[in-house]
Amino acid sequence: MATAEKPQYKVIGTRPVRHDGVDKVTGRAQYGADTQLTGMLFGATLRSPHAHANIKSIDTSRAEALAGVRAVLTNADLPEQGDRIVELGEGAVNMRHLNANVLAKEKVLYKGHAIAAVAADTIHIAEEACQLIEVDFEVLEPVLDVVKAMADDAPVLNDDIRTESLGSHPASDDASKNTNVAKHFVFEKGDIVKGFEEADIVVEREFDTATVHQGYIEPHASTAHWNADGKITVWTCTQGTFSVRHQTAELCGVPISDVKVIPTEIGGGFGGKISVYLPPVAAGLSKKTGQPVKLVMDRAAVFEATGPTPGSHMKVKIGATKDGKITSGEAWIAFEAGAYTGSPIAPGCMCVFSCYDVPNAKVDGFDVCVNKPRTNAYRAPGSTQVCFATETIVDEICKELDIEPAEFRLNNAAQEGVRRVDGPVYGKVGMIETVQAIRDSDHYQTPLTGKFQGRGIATGFWFNCGLKSAATATVNPDGTVSLVEGSTDIGGSRAGLAMQLAECLGITAEEVKPAVVDTDSVGYTDVTGGSRVTFATGIAAINAGKDIQQQMCDRAAMIWDCDETDVRYEDGCIIGSGDNRFTFKELAAKINATGGPIAGRGTASEEAQAGAFGTHCADVEVDADTGKVQILRYTVAQDVGTAIHPSYVEGQLQGGAVQGIGWALNEEYWYGEEGSMRNASFLDYRIPTIYDVPMIETILVEVPDPGHPYGVRGVGEVPICPPPAAIANAIYDAVGVRMRDLPMAPHKVCAEILKK
Amino acid sequence: MRDFEYEAPTTLSTAIELLAQQDGSAKPLAGGTDLIDHVRTGRLEPDLLIDVKKINELNVLELNGDGLRLGAAVPCYKIYGTPEISQQYAALTDSCRIIGGIQIQSRASVGGNLCNSGPAADSIPSLIVLGGVCVIAGPNGTREVAAEDFCTAPGKNVLEAGELLVEIKFPARAANSGSHYRRFIPRNEMDIAVVSVGASVELDENQQNFGSARIALGAVAATPLFAQAASDALAGQPVNAESIANAAAAAKEIATPITDMRGTAEYRTHLIGVLIERVINAAVSQARGEAICYKPGH
Ligand SMILES: Cc1cc2nc3c(=O)[nH]c(=O)nc-3n(C[C@H](O)[C@H](O)[C@H](O)COP(=O)(O)OP(=O)(O)OC[C@H]3O[C@@H](n4cnc5c(N)ncnc54)[C@H](O)[C@@H]3O)c2cc1C
Repeated sequence: MATAEKPQYKVIGTRPVRHDGVDKVTGRAQYGADTQLTGMLFGATLRSPHAHANIKSIDTSRAEALAGVRAVLTNADLPEQGDRIVELGEGAVNMRHLNANVLAKEKVLYKGHAIAAVAADTIHIAEEACQLIEVDFEVLEPVLDVVKAMADDAPVLNDDIRTESLGSHPASDDASKNTNVAKHFVFEKGDIVKGFEEADIVVEREFDTATVHQGYIEPHASTAHWNADGKITVWTCTQGTFSVRHQTAELCGVPISDVKVIPTEIGGGFGGKISVYLPPVAAGLSKKTGQPVKLVMDRAAVFEATGPTPGSHMKVKIGATKDGKITSGEAWIAFEAGAYTGSPIAPGCMCVFSCYDVPNAKVDGFDVCVNKPRTNAYRAPGSTQVCFATETIVDEICKELDIEPAEFRLNNAAQEGVRRVDGPVYGKVGMIETVQAIRDSDHYQTPLTGKFQGRGIATGFWFNCGLKSAATATVNPDGTVSLVEGSTDIGGSRAGLAMQLAECLGITAEEVKPAVVDTDSVGYTDVTGGSRVTFATGIAAINAGKDIQQQMCDRAAMIWDCDETDVRYEDGCIIGSGDNRFTFKELAAKINATGGPIAGRGTASEEAQAGAFGTHCADVEVDADTGKVQILRYTVAQDVGTAIHPSYVEGQLQGGAVQGIGWALNEEYWYGEEGSMRNASFLDYRIPTIYDVPMIETILVEVPDPGHPYGVRGVGEVPICPPPAAIANAIYDAVGVRMRDLPMAPHKVCAEILKK
Repeated sequence: MRDFEYEAPTTLSTAIELLAQQDGSAKPLAGGTDLIDHVRTGRLEPDLLIDVKKINELNVLELNGDGLRLGAAVPCYKIYGTPEISQQYAALTDSCRIIGGIQIQSRASVGGNLCNSGPAADSIPSLIVLGGVCVIAGPNGTREVAAEDFCTAPGKNVLEAGELLVEIKFPARAANSGSHYRRFIPRNEMDIAVVSVGASVELDENQQNFGSARIALGAVAATPLFAQAASDALAGQPVNAESIANAAAAAKEIATPITDMRGTAEYRTHLIGVLIERVINAAVSQARGEAICYKPGH
């Protein structure tokens, strides 16, 4: 569905076969754990059995003595970091914490926290050696719940954390006290007292969401070689090679130029493959042995010791007039940061009221350490939690006021000119169009028929970021173009970038050969994250294309012996005066004989994108005896700017929705009293299977982002936000119970039904 | 994972000899779908794996007037691939169809499921309600144990060192009988039963009253349970909601469920009632020759 007059594109909007497709479907593609090097050793990691403990001593002597063991590494082998904050692309990182997360220092802060690593001739020897390492623990009381962790008498995880107040300095933030509350954000707009006075209805509710994992299928894997010349090479599956380079260099105490990161294919990341866990450890083991060392996590380690998204406790209050206009909003949001500070609490605060024009608002957000793995980005980090709260309350207000939820959203929608609670004013965004698209959809128009069936809608928002990318493109004599870029491909971005370059040059997508290369072979490129690659690396690729256009015109001018200004590039042809005209292919065939290679370069450094909205519609059927929720039909309408490769855009919308459905219904870290995760496997950590979701229907709403030459908007993240709220609203519609605690697992829904 | 040896004897006597020699550090390997996982994760550290799939006695699958003989190593797909078994011993094939997916069912055996002795094992309630008798061979000869007496604790059973499960024997089915097995799981596939129920019913001639019944419960105690009182509560009673509710109440009495990531204790108790109703009704339908339509996992 196009909402604006669309330019006539030749390549954009078509669905070519992806360039990396054959390797992936035939199993040839090399993923993280596939790296094999001559003389390679195998590493294994000893992980903490306790959620919270002091490490009194570590004795590695028995492990070192085992035949076949080549090296043992502990935190003592890593360079001291001191109290440094380093900007690592996706935010500032406290190096002392990053160092202790990679290998525990004085304390273990979660079950699964890495303590030591062994390199040996085989993986079995390495694993056996880990069992021979003796660690003397002083076990401490763990704290696993965000509200309990904020209490004055809670066990404190880190001795260097004091509450940092951002936005204002409430007296309650005692900066002199050692606490688990690392940050307190305050955002304010207008006057909430006045706003709530103007309201005819005020709904205030509390919500909880569980810790959930990205659930990527490929476990983390890294191989490192610390060469005799001091240069480190890392082979790994990552969302950002330059970020791995930076983190590894900092943690190993070497200049960034001494580290080269070679990306393998990546089997999913969703935000979880940005922080490093293995590369510095593999590098440290390699330094000790002189041989390359490979480290691969198993599934339990992935769950227990990488970066899930925070569990949360939220209190949200919204006031509206009886004709359905929002007057005021207030939110109190606490996110579990995990072991170290750094949850996405700031984006959570910015997103809580982001879908609406809320004239008066106040948001308090807290970043709180608990004895769980240090959380990390997960698809629209922080937005899904708050979307669940706000969109459930909005539904409640609609039911109370008897206003159609779509109508209410249209009346209060975020749109161009609306100011968010954190300050920025929206540019061209498509929230209204997505609500309208759902309203007009066959799904919404088809009435439900069965008992215990219900329908819910919800809208979500994500900023999308811009950041920096670089690309080069060289013209081959056969008229093809090799595109070299640095964005690791987690969602079909090679194809999307190649298509933009092809569009720019007037050639076909197949005539562009994209390659994702290592950190020494392309200019600095920020992580594949923030829904930025098709946007920002796309701009870099287009700029490289424009550079090629210019050089091709210059070359033609030289051949035709005319002025450069008399030559123009149009529709894949280089056109001069009179009959002077080359197709791209014709000129490409001449370049080596007429002055040599043509290489275009392009960079991008983009402030931000306009942001994306999605509105979802869910039909559910609730088994009223067991509380089990079945999704009957599900439609996603999203403002996708311009869909470069519609199949991959649809795939992002579907994938995001399915992850949101999992988060809504069954996914959670389930902890025993003593703080160990009891369900660290895909058997008991229940991501949806193919039997649990219907085909997700998609409606691509195209409101081009004026900040991109072709109107691209990031699409990958926002689809995860609405599902929990849409499903909660549908459950209410089906059986009349309000679910405010994620996941909405059968036993919880059943308990609510039985209470009625 | 620790290194281990592998043997694949072709006779029962060699297998028992090998087992006995190893003094507990040998493990029989049927489909390996439990065992290999346990060895890989270090839960078990055997020195020897004895593959039992090449032993004839463990591969029998025989249905005749006397009943059904099911060799301990027969994989699930062969069991539900035999239409007569699906017809007469429906609960057993209901179980075999939901143990894992197709790949698992191609390897996994009912014998292995029983010997692994998990409280939520999907075949055991069916073995109990169908009157299964376990034939066990060991250095001191052969003995028989009723299916409901086989498991003793989570992961534990009556097998003694050197003993091997050879087959499970089932009596012939009576006229007007039907059976069904079902589990409740949060997802629709790839899950472990939160609660499971198996039932076998025999109706009187006009199919309006229960002649006799056997009910078994999974995942609500340390072992799968034969619900004797609940079964007795149905005998001679009319087929109606009240009789079934009485049986459900009796079944809840014997359950000692725990709270874990799959559900709370209260919820499990509640589900016993829900599932007993659904399973008995399905077993009755089967006995009456009516079509049964149900969503697995519900
Ligand atoms: C992906 C997956 C999904 C699964 N889904 C389910 C499910 O839905 N429901 C369910 O109940 N289970 C499930 N399982 C568990 C497993 O598949 C079943 O328990 C299966 O029936 C085990 O049979 P097996 O032949 O593979 O046994 P094995 O793994 O070979 O053996 C299991 C145990 O029994 C012992 N043993 C085997 N044969 C004998 C014998 N003849 N005498 C004495 N001891 C013996 C072994 O030593 C071992 O301890 C699943 C497993 C996987 C990997």
